[in-house]
Amino acid sequence: MGTWHEYFKAEGTPPEWPYPIKFGEESEYETDVVVLGGGIAGCWAAISAARSGAKVAMFEKGDVRRSGAGGPGCDHWCNVPGNPLSRVEPDDWAIQEMNSLGDFSNGIGIQIQCREDYDTLLEMEQMGGKIRDDKDEFVGVEGRDPETKLMFSPRYSVDGSLAPAEGWGKPGFNPPEKRNNTVIRIWGSTFKPILKRECKKLGVNIIERTMATRILNENGRQGARVVGATGINARTGEFIIVKAKAAIIATSGSGFVYYFDSEHGGISTMYSRNQTGDGTVMAWKAGAKLTMMECSGASRFSGGLRHKWYTGGGDASYENVPLVDANNKRLPAPIQGWEDGGAMFSPQARIIAQIREGVKHGEYKLPFYGDFAAMKPEEAHATWDLMLNEESTTKVMVKTMTEGGFDKYSDQIMNYTLIEMQPSQQYRDAGSGGGIMTDWDLMTNVEGLFAAGMSTYSPGDHSYAAATGRYAGRKAAAYAKRVEQGEISREEIDREKKRVLAPTKRCGGIEWKELNVGVNRVMQYFASEFKNEEMLNLALEEIARIEENAVPQLFALDPHKLMRSLECLSIIEYAKIALNAMKERRLSSPKLRIERQDYPDADPEELKNYLALHLENDEIVFERIPIRFWGNMKEQYEAHNQDYTGVYKG
Amino acid sequence: MADKVFALPNVQTPSVPVKINPDKCIGCNTCVETCQIDVFIPNPKKGAPPIILHAEECWYCGCCATDCPTPGAMEFNWPLPLKPRWRNKETGVVSQLK
Ligand SMILES: Cc1cc2nc3c(=O)[nH]c(=O)nc-3n(C[C@H](O)[C@H](O)[C@H](O)COP(=O)(O)OP(=O)(O)OC[C@H]3O[C@@H](n4cnc5c(N)ncnc54)[C@H](O)[C@@H]3O)c2cc1C
Ligand code: SF4
Ligand code: SF4
Repeated sequence: MGTWHEYFKAEGTPPEWPYPIKFGEESEYETDVVVLGGGIAGCWAAISAARSGAKVAMFEKGDVRRSGAGGPGCDHWCNVPGNPLSRVEPDDWAIQEMNSLGDFSNGIGIQIQCREDYDTLLEMEQMGGKIRDDKDEFVGVEGRDPETKLMFSPRYSVDGSLAPAEGWGKPGFNPPEKRNNTVIRIWGSTFKPILKRECKKLGVNIIERTMATRILNENGRQGARVVGATGINARTGEFIIVKAKAAIIATSGSGFVYYFDSEHGGISTMYSRNQTGDGTVMAWKAGAKLTMMECSGASRFSGGLRHKWYTGGGDASYENVPLVDANNKRLPAPIQGWEDGGAMFSPQARIIAQIREGVKHGEYKLPFYGDFAAMKPEEAHATWDLMLNEESTTKVMVKTMTEGGFDKYSDQIMNYTLIEMQPSQQYRDAGSGGGIMTDWDLMTNVEGLFAAGMSTYSPGDHSYAAATGRYAGRKAAAYAKRVEQGEISREEIDREKKRVLAPTKRCGGIEWKELNVGVNRVMQYFASEFKNEEMLNLALEEIARIEENAVPQLFALDPHKLMRSLECLSIIEYAKIALNAMKERRLSSPKLRIERQDYPDADPEELKNYLALHLENDEIVFERIPIRFWGNMKEQYEAHNQDYTGVYKG
Repeated sequence: MADKVFALPNVQTPSVPVKINPDKCIGCNTCVETCQIDVFIPNPKKGAPPIILHAEECWYCGCCATDCPTPGAMEFNWPLPLKPRWRNKETGVVSQLK
């Protein structure tokens, strides 16, 4: 019982749309700071802006309580070198992080994370989030500190251990006294409802079930300072206008530029459908600089009907769980445990090749298993009931498998790593690692426009999103105190309203799913692993044809489908930005995840620069900005944060 | 009405991300509000179980099922190709989630 078809069969008629339809109607609000996206970064931004005295409004496509990639939970608070048991200094750790990420990642955000992540975590605890084993449920588990009851994670416990470090797996490789203690295990499934509660307590105007569609520039001039934002309610179709002095983009990245499955559109390990790059595109149209948009990596995570990472799709990255073959023989793969410093093996071509050879020659028998039964019982307990029970979409896996009879002490989860985790080159993450550029206030080149979380060109950590959101919130509030509200342009609003409502004027033509897969195909054929000038031009021409022929046929039968349709328009714009950036980067570089047949090498000078691009009068302007343009991270952070007061005191 | 055959478009895949037990569900619509995707809409009949409308947009986050306040009202339903398998190490018996 419960499906639409069952209802129809029982009633003989479809249910009427359950919310009032308000196409064409408008609501207007006025605030100091408007936050776009109520995920992890967005909530923290709203809370810290409100605590800094600003009036705050926040758009969110879903319900803030569980929205975003971090809505269901999070079990790793990454990069907390400021915690009392850390063996590294925050400033040194930030440099180490930048080194391990290569030259291309957001050093400003990482410095902020390393400096303020522990304060952010303590504020999470203040609000009621669980960050330590206060009930002594995990006594005896490795990494648990009996004094503070903080639980350190094996993940990344050796410097730069995204890949196996030298000597991994050998006895004594990662002894307790040498671990960096920079990742803390937490009970993150409690966090998002608490963040929402706090937003409400602070009087944040939460505009839920509403997709933000445009940043408003002063007098409608691209590049001019921020004066507000618009949105469309995905249940009623009402058009929302928010006048604001500052805006913070916290909409995360884009999951659907290269792949989307029109039948099973939602299934994905890392993104829900709501993350479609809207914020990046809104910033772009407002005149903000983007960078690293030329990068695209083959996606290793499942989308469509592939097994999710933890139900067997991934490496045995269920922390500490050894991967074995059908005869219980250990595979030569790291397990994200203490013995290998928390390394992943799935991106390691050498290890995958070694396992494949072993399978071919009968050394390893299929299928493989994640061997919970081989673990010390207390470690199996911690992995199952703490890590997996808290790490986001894995909570329901723990629930359903436990109810279905799985026993963490005696069973092994079947693993399809060699099938599901092998990247198909055409299924890529667009602009992977790319996004919005900011200064030390996390403000973009557009005055009053800030960005935080995964919408900046950054790593995909929950704690990064929290710390940068919190930081952007207080900076935006300070900015809003200094300026007057600017003029919004009614003409710009009318144009935007017409654009967003256009698909509701038709009830036949091309539906959003077809449009999405149509764009995906262009990207898969012409901008996949290997690229060249002609291919990229072909892609741009095809997208121009899609815009000319298909977009005017886009139809939406109700406000929900309207939101999905508008997301496709973001995806088209995102694809164009990426293609233009790929064309402009005439080089091949693993660091930038770009391979061009016509430019197989890289000019070392070019590799010392970010490629930034932005719009001026709707024309693309390219710019080379030196890597590490942010200067000395420690000094710059300190210069910009002399008034920072640490953990919130109420 | 129940026996009547209607001309309907195909059903989306996967069609039933969660199963709702109408005998237990109290129609509180917590799941409707929890779901970030709006997979559900409230039932026009007050107190009746919500309707699964956008089944294929579900990202299998599980929040609706883990946050449902009524024991036994909602059961998470992995799609057929995604049902996890495991083996008992001692007996070698392989099981799969139903
Ligand atoms: C299964 C899984 C496990 C993970 N485990 C961990 C972990 O243990 N540790 C860790 O550090 N990280 C983990 N992550 C990653 C972490 O959840 C993300 O890095 C983090 O949520 C990013 O925060 P964000 O605020 O940038 O984006 P999100 O939290 O995704 O929030 C973005 C929000 O913006 C909203 N939005 C998008 N577009 C619009 C629009 N146009 N208008 C209005 N709203 C919009 C979305 O609905 C969403 O709520 C995990 C992620 C997943 C999926
Ligand atoms: S949350 Fe549970 S009880 Fe409430 S409507 Fe949904 S299924 Fe029914
Ligand atoms: S599993 Fe998540 S996405 Fe699917 S219906 Fe439930 S809450 Fe919505």
